[in-house]
Amino acid sequence: MMKSLLPQSQLRRSAAAAASAAAARSSGGASGGGGADGVSSDAGAGGRAPATSTFWFLLHALCCLVSLFLGFRFSRLLFFLLFSTTALYSSTSSSSSSAVLRATTTTTTTTTTTTTTTNTFTLSFAAGSNPPPSNPSNHSAALDDAAGHTQSHVVVGRHGIRIRPWPHPDPVEVMRAHRIMERVQEEQRRWYGVKEPRHVLVVTPTYSRAFQALHLTGLLHSLRNVPYPLTWIVVEAGGTTNATASLLARSGLTIVHIPFPDRMPHDWADRHATENRMRLHALRVIRERKMDGVIVFADDSNVHSMELFDEVQKVQWMGAVSVGILAHTGTADQPRLSEEDKQNMPLPVQGPACNSSGQLAGWHTFNSLPFTGKTATVVGEAAPVLPRGLEWAGFVLNSRMLWKEADGKPDWVKDLDAVGENGEEIENPLILLNDASSVEPLGNCGKKILLWWLRVEARADSKFPQGWVIEPPLEVVIPAKRTPWPETTTELSSELVDTKPDQEDRRLSRTNRSSRSRSTTKRKEN
Amino acid sequence: MWTTTARARALALALAVVLAVVTAEDIGRIKEDDPTGRLKVYVYELPLKYNKNIVAKDPRCLSHMFAVEIFMHRFLLSSAVRTLNPDEADWFYTPVYTTCDLTPWGHPLTTKSPRMMRSAIKFISKYWPYWNRTEGADHFFVTPHDFGACFWFQEAKAIERGVLPVLRRATLVQTFGQNNHACLQDGSITIPPYTPAHKMRARLVPPETPRSIFVYFRGLFYDTSNDPEGGYYARGARASVWENFKSNPMFDISTDHPPTYYEDMQRAVFCLCPLGWAPWSPRLVEAVVFGCIPVIIADDIVLPFSDAIPWDEIAVFVAEDDVPKLDTILTSIPTEVILRKQELLENPSMKQSMLFPQPAEPGDGFHQILNALARKLPHGKGVFLKPGQRVLNWTEGSPDDMKPW
Repeated sequence: MMKSLLPQSQLRRSAAAAASAAAARSSGGASGGGGADGVSSDAGAGGRAPATSTFWFLLHALCCLVSLFLGFRFSRLLFFLLFSTTALYSSTSSSSSSAVLRATTTTTTTTTTTTTTTNTFTLSFAAGSNPPPSNPSNHSAALDDAAGHTQSHVVVGRHGIRIRPWPHPDPVEVMRAHRIMERVQEEQRRWYGVKEPRHVLVVTPTYSRAFQALHLTGLLHSLRNVPYPLTWIVVEAGGTTNATASLLARSGLTIVHIPFPDRMPHDWADRHATENRMRLHALRVIRERKMDGVIVFADDSNVHSMELFDEVQKVQWMGAVSVGILAHTGTADQPRLSEEDKQNMPLPVQGPACNSSGQLAGWHTFNSLPFTGKTATVVGEAAPVLPRGLEWAGFVLNSRMLWKEADGKPDWVKDLDAVGENGEEIENPLILLNDASSVEPLGNCGKKILLWWLRVEARADSKFPQGWVIEPPLEVVIPAKRTPWPETTTELSSELVDTKPDQEDRRLSRTNRSSRSRSTTKRKEN
Repeated sequence: MWTTTARARALALALAVVLAVVTAEDIGRIKEDDPTGRLKVYVYELPLKYNKNIVAKDPRCLSHMFAVEIFMHRFLLSSAVRTLNPDEADWFYTPVYTTCDLTPWGHPLTTKSPRMMRSAIKFISKYWPYWNRTEGADHFFVTPHDFGACFWFQEAKAIERGVLPVLRRATLVQTFGQNNHACLQDGSITIPPYTPAHKMRARLVPPETPRSIFVYFRGLFYDTSNDPEGGYYARGARASVWENFKSNPMFDISTDHPPTYYEDMQRAVFCLCPLGWAPWSPRLVEAVVFGCIPVIIADDIVLPFSDAIPWDEIAVFVAEDDVPKLDTILTSIPTEVILRKQELLENPSMKQSMLFPQPAEPGDGFHQILNALARKLPHGKGVFLKPGQRVLNWTEGSPDDMKPW
């Protein structure tokens, strides 16, 4: 290939300069240098006068030296310059002009990266530039055939790897891509998802305490992600508070904030009973207002998956889902379980149990035997908190079931007024029914766990800032015991006393804690 | 109250509207024809050394992407379009498996394929009169190799060799297709490569699984074993994709071989189908079957069954020079266009036409090939030669190909 190039190319000594590699592009002398290396150009140039052969030898030697200096085969670089320019010669002019631009922007990078793979230096040069003034028609056959066969603009041979100057994502485009995917997923839901999405009514009993903001914020964000129209019915024990109301107002959801007159008791058994009564109260409100939709009982400390809300759309009258029970242990002492217990202990799941034909056959409940005697009695105690029997969270209702009159309301549903009137224990939603066998098992017959039950609470007397806002700014200052910076000496502190008397006086006057020493105050200011 | 002309005009307008609505619905629909009864194919009985013995020697031929040549033979043997009377046949099929001589690593060696083909044609021209009647113009051959009937895996040398001279008048059914290329002769039928339909169908996920990957690609970007310098493989397009988008979170591209490849494609909106050493690949089939919009990066490519499948409506075409702008291009496609493309891809007959299931099913790739053959009927005037007229030059080609097989 190179042999054919040599006789026709015009040699110029300027090709020798390494730095002028770019300049060498336009001169055909580059090819001479390229041919000199490796390829037996001497054979091709055989039959020339001795003067030209010594010239070739000198050029060859020069190119070897240049290659030594640069660290890669200089001749190969030049060879590809020529090769790629002719390769792209048949391409459209617009692409070559843009290619030139690319070449100029990326030339600087190559000289620094000569030690890397040859990929990098292809970048700057193979984009081609001015086509050689003499377009030798006797180029290699392979090249010609590709370009010359017909008017195809696609060329066989080596091409440059096109890289734009800033190959990083554009944030605007990333947002556009996300919006496209959102729209695609919406369309998918329309095609394959629920045909007529029903309103979801979420019932949550809550009360003001240290962990309320933690739990409600988590639940709030879960509900915000639900793709169906949703109403959040929050029943607050002890009456509505501003803190809760402001938290709910920031959610952007439709809220029904219902006060419940009794305060939440401090021990778990009574707390469970009160929560049940709160839920029943919410159901009565739903009945009064004739709210339509699917009722989901979302306790504020539970964790819900999005698939739960997709699954509850399928409920006819009353459904049951599987709930994972996370009986948390507050301390490092795990209940000592015997080997037998460990083997016999079933999975901590509450949910419907189906027989082989997919019908409700019974219930899985949480086995609390291994925990007997070690459970928490007072809220906030560091001990496992266990569910009682069947938790409300695992059941979903069709709100029409509660209405006084509804089309198709089945007879195995008790009237809501008849429930809880005699002060009986409202353990689980099954008391709303006359016949518990008509509950529909959801989530692939209970095989899929769609939410998790968890009770995590701080001690009832733990303090937290009202509404989690520090107003006015903190007055209590606790000196840091292990600061990385050295403690200040008393000398320095006396200087500070002189310079900032006013501030210090004001602070001292406001706080009447005389036990604090002067040095403590200075430390705070430092 | 209305005059007769006004009534006629109203009727014409109504009819035009109805027609417009009907045809508008048809845009983007694949042509669903039934080839039975529209053509007759005669299958030559060649000695087993041309077909069965080769497969028996290496059964890997039945599962690699060139397996169409074998399955087409089996399909035609039991098809309704087959005729045992060659005098009434429209098309003649020669079952010669040229892509079944495999290296230990499973790549087909095509050095002997031209000789095999010539030997087969010599055989049929000796024992039947139908080849000489037309010099192959009403015969079709399945040549699914990288560059079709050029029978070479490297593009430069394949172009040099060109289509085998004795096949110049025949209809070639091949996977390779590129405009103005030496290895795609006029009248060829482009088909998709063979993909294991049963395997793909077994790994379908529920259609409501949300598509959460924006752009997906798995495959090589640099072929360091065959192209150590870079720039030859894929004409630099795949390397360009990697260098420009390796840090882009919307592009899930890598050289991994994940076991969830099929499932991942079903969770992607766009699947890149860039060229490799040849412009075609099974990726296109996989993208169509899994409902992922194919992004074709291969200049001048001819896509399979392009006269039956409206690829412009379904796929996105990106020029190789525009690869650095791929993210801009894909994010600026209007959402309605994307949704429409996905709707068209959902059409089960679209997916069916790209597959070659065993046994054959209505509307699948085999039937599309027959449809394409039927569309070329009736044969034109140049097909039948005058007695004694010779067009093909049997001595054309490299001396190695002249040797008997």
